[in-house]
Amino acid sequence: MLQEWVILLVSLCYLGTLFAIAYYADWRSDRGKSIISNPYIYTLSIAVYCTAWTFYGSVGRAAETGIGFMPIYLGPTLMAALWWFLLRKIIRIAKVYRITSIADFLASRYGKSSLIGGLVTIIAVVGIMPYISLQLKAVSTSYTVMLHYPDLAMIEEHKTSLWNDNAFSVAMIMAAFSILFGTRHIDATERHEGMVAAIAFESMVKLLAFSAAGIFITFIMFDGPVDLFDWAIRYPETSRLMQLEVLPGGYTNWFTLIFLSMMAIMFLPRQFQVLVVENVNEEHIRKAAWLFPIYLLAINIFVLPIAFAGMLMFPEGHVAPDIFVLALPLTEGQDILALFIYLGGLSAATGMVIVATIALSTMVCNDLVMPVLLRMLDIQQVDLGRVLLFIRRFSIVAVLLLGYLYYRFIGESYTLVTMGLVSFAAAAQFSPAILFGIFWKDASRRAAVSGLLAGFLVWFYTLLLPSFAKSGWLPLSFLEYGPFGIEQLRPYQLFGLNMFDPITHAVFWSMLVNAGLLVIISLLDRQNTMDRIQASLFVDVYRHSGGTQLWKGKAMITELKGLLARFIGPGQSERAFANYSRSHNIDFTKDMQADAELVEFAERLLSGAIGAASARVMVSSVVEGEEISTEGVMKIIDETSQVLEYSHQLEEKSIELEAATKELQEANKRLKELDRLKDEFVSTVSHELRTPLTSVRAFSEILHDNADMGQEERKKFLDIMVKETERLTRLINEVLDLAKIESGRADWHMEIIDLTEILKEAVAATSQLFHEKSVAIVELLPSFPIKVFADRDRIIQVVINLLSNAAKFSPQDEGRVTVRLYFKEREIRVEVADNGPGIHPDEQQKIFEKFKQITDLRNGKPKGTGLGLAICRRIIEYHNGYIWVESIPGEGAKFVFSLPD
Amino acid sequence: MPMSPIRRKIQRLLVLFAFGCLALNYPLLALFNKIILWHGIPVLYLYLFVFWVLFILFIAIVTESKKLPRSSFPPLFSRKSE
Repeated sequence: MLQEWVILLVSLCYLGTLFAIAYYADWRSDRGKSIISNPYIYTLSIAVYCTAWTFYGSVGRAAETGIGFMPIYLGPTLMAALWWFLLRKIIRIAKVYRITSIADFLASRYGKSSLIGGLVTIIAVVGIMPYISLQLKAVSTSYTVMLHYPDLAMIEEHKTSLWNDNAFSVAMIMAAFSILFGTRHIDATERHEGMVAAIAFESMVKLLAFSAAGIFITFIMFDGPVDLFDWAIRYPETSRLMQLEVLPGGYTNWFTLIFLSMMAIMFLPRQFQVLVVENVNEEHIRKAAWLFPIYLLAINIFVLPIAFAGMLMFPEGHVAPDIFVLALPLTEGQDILALFIYLGGLSAATGMVIVATIALSTMVCNDLVMPVLLRMLDIQQVDLGRVLLFIRRFSIVAVLLLGYLYYRFIGESYTLVTMGLVSFAAAAQFSPAILFGIFWKDASRRAAVSGLLAGFLVWFYTLLLPSFAKSGWLPLSFLEYGPFGIEQLRPYQLFGLNMFDPITHAVFWSMLVNAGLLVIISLLDRQNTMDRIQASLFVDVYRHSGGTQLWKGKAMITELKGLLARFIGPGQSERAFANYSRSHNIDFTKDMQADAELVEFAERLLSGAIGAASARVMVSSVVEGEEISTEGVMKIIDETSQVLEYSHQLEEKSIELEAATKELQEANKRLKELDRLKDEFVSTVSHELRTPLTSVRAFSEILHDNADMGQEERKKFLDIMVKETERLTRLINEVLDLAKIESGRADWHMEIIDLTEILKEAVAATSQLFHEKSVAIVELLPSFPIKVFADRDRIIQVVINLLSNAAKFSPQDEGRVTVRLYFKEREIRVEVADNGPGIHPDEQQKIFEKFKQITDLRNGKPKGTGLGLAICRRIIEYHNGYIWVESIPGEGAKFVFSLPD
Repeated sequence: MPMSPIRRKIQRLLVLFAFGCLALNYPLLALFNKIILWHGIPVLYLYLFVFWVLFILFIAIVTESKKLPRSSFPPLFSRKSE
């Protein structure tokens, strides 16, 4: 039997070795020669997953439930298959945004909200309490066993006496140890190389120790596994453990445990710490994804043999299965081997406690205390580095004390594994918020808060409160009949759901409300800009790995530097800025203003020390102006919708094409119409030309054939011929004129002219016509000149044409034509009105077309060429004016043209 | 269009994961739920450990299979140099 001082000395020496390793690793990392930067150390550090639970508890569980210990290790193996892309994404996010803990991760994802950070921290601290107490219980029990075995009565006595309570000493030693490891100084980096090295060493020790125990028990105490199993199958006590029926809850429980351990390997705060925060290089995942399962396999291979051996050796059941690993070698008198195994158990427990308390203290400090402190204190005056250290050290002690209290008051009534599973169920509450958060942008802050809170409350009610009841701190009737006798609310059969074991029951309800609320509220919620940005940054992390340049406001470089110095010390702050200026070629002595990238750099640096939410608050305190630049936001939101944008562009292109096709079709149609019009025009012109020509030819032939025609008659025929040729000439002139205008070859002499004078001139020129028909002409013209910019001759041509038309259609003797010049609707208008027969509404549009003549209602034969009004319209349109007719049949017609003022 | 190597790898891992989840649960697990020694080892225990070894082997084969081109995951801190 070993003396107490030997055990104590060995324990302390072992802890000292750990510290030396950590110190050496830190020293190396300061010199840039990291010893942990390889996948093997990374794998060993992940093996912090195997705690005293694995070391002592697995055998205990195997002795009760056969292979029931295995799902806790099969789950992580399954999960490891997904690490290659799932863990990689989480690590990438954490690296890019300098995430310090799981609380920081969730707070960052959901809009840098300190509410989420605080909530996650509280869940983590409360949830991990049973787990830490499990380690204390294991260390304290194993120490007592080493000391007093085989005096089992003494072991029992030790558990109940407060004075001999070594669990408290264990807790305090571990607290001191964690403080030395994790909080010697505040770093700009969130990583602890020394701690990782020590943890990796511990993982080696515990694997070797457990394997040593396994080999000794299986191959030396028995003749190998075949012999052992041969013994085991002969006794019903052990042979029944070879099937699944002994597992309470059967296949459902098995499934639940696999699920829980899948979540735990990723989302227990300490696993997140070593997997994500302490990761050096993403590429290490590739090897760790299969090396870590091998570690798990190796540490589990001897569990069942040891359990069987223990049951065969101690059939009376007076030795608790949880201590078989130690008790078997001790029975054989192998004190040195037992001491080594005891050290293995100690490493398993200390490893977990160190990482968990450091992770939790970072969370408590960054996500719970700092946000409150920053709001309350006058932060300008305090040396915050010291404050940070104090908070972290204090929270390490507090977390261990909580664990101790849980152990003291509740831990006795549970086995190791049951206590651990309560913590696993708490860690699983983080999984919906994280998994939805990194793949689904619409997962919103309010939804995450609701899901986490509801899941945590259900967990608290269905798992933690019952543990108080079972230990006598609450009446047992609470479990059996529900609170206040309400049976529907019994914590192990909520709403009458009684088909599950307590763990499955709690996991089912808590995950249901957690994930359910997260999804449903996200679908109903609207996110604000900050939340949307963070969501995009997380989900599309590979696209936004560079700077996002979100900050818009201005900050002085000296202020930023000062801010950093207050948290991480002036030396480190100076070094970081010097590195930045070197890598970005910025001379800080010249530039006083920090650009967006530098502000972001500072914020990220600060995040490493105090967490994302607090860092944002601090940086905004020195940045003046708007917090977020619109361009930055647009960039992120734009980039995320690049694909959408692309398809949108395609759509626009096709719409454009469609429009072009339509235009072409219309142009083609118009061309055809014009072609038809031209043909029509040619045929009309030929027809118009033929009429006078025929008549000239007919009269010429008459004159030619009848030489004896009377002088009187001959003169009459010649008169007709002259008139017809005149008409022919006029027609040809007008056709030429129109062709000229239409083809744009006409000469225009634009000048400022006086419209009043032009009207007078035109009236004078046509007065003979009016006189001949005794038609009265009334001039309503202003007495002052009206200036327009126009071609004088052409305008006169238009007016004369209108006037002669009016004269033509006015009745003999009673005719009356009015000429007016006036302003209306910002235009100058000229109006020529007669009291002739008027124009039928159907024809009012047509008369401005070529060769459309109005049939004279009185003598049936059209006069003129039918081109006059068409030419008028072309001329007025050339001057950007309009010409139209207003008429009621029988009451005369009014021709109006307008010219722009 | 050929699948990108990264997507192919992710899909293989997902299938492996799904297959593992099926093989380690009811009802496949129930096939081995017997108190029989097979080569001196309880059959349920043997099944679980053999499957475990094979599963690890498959993870290793898939993740270690031919190196992906460098650009498949954009490198960390790809800041444009200004």
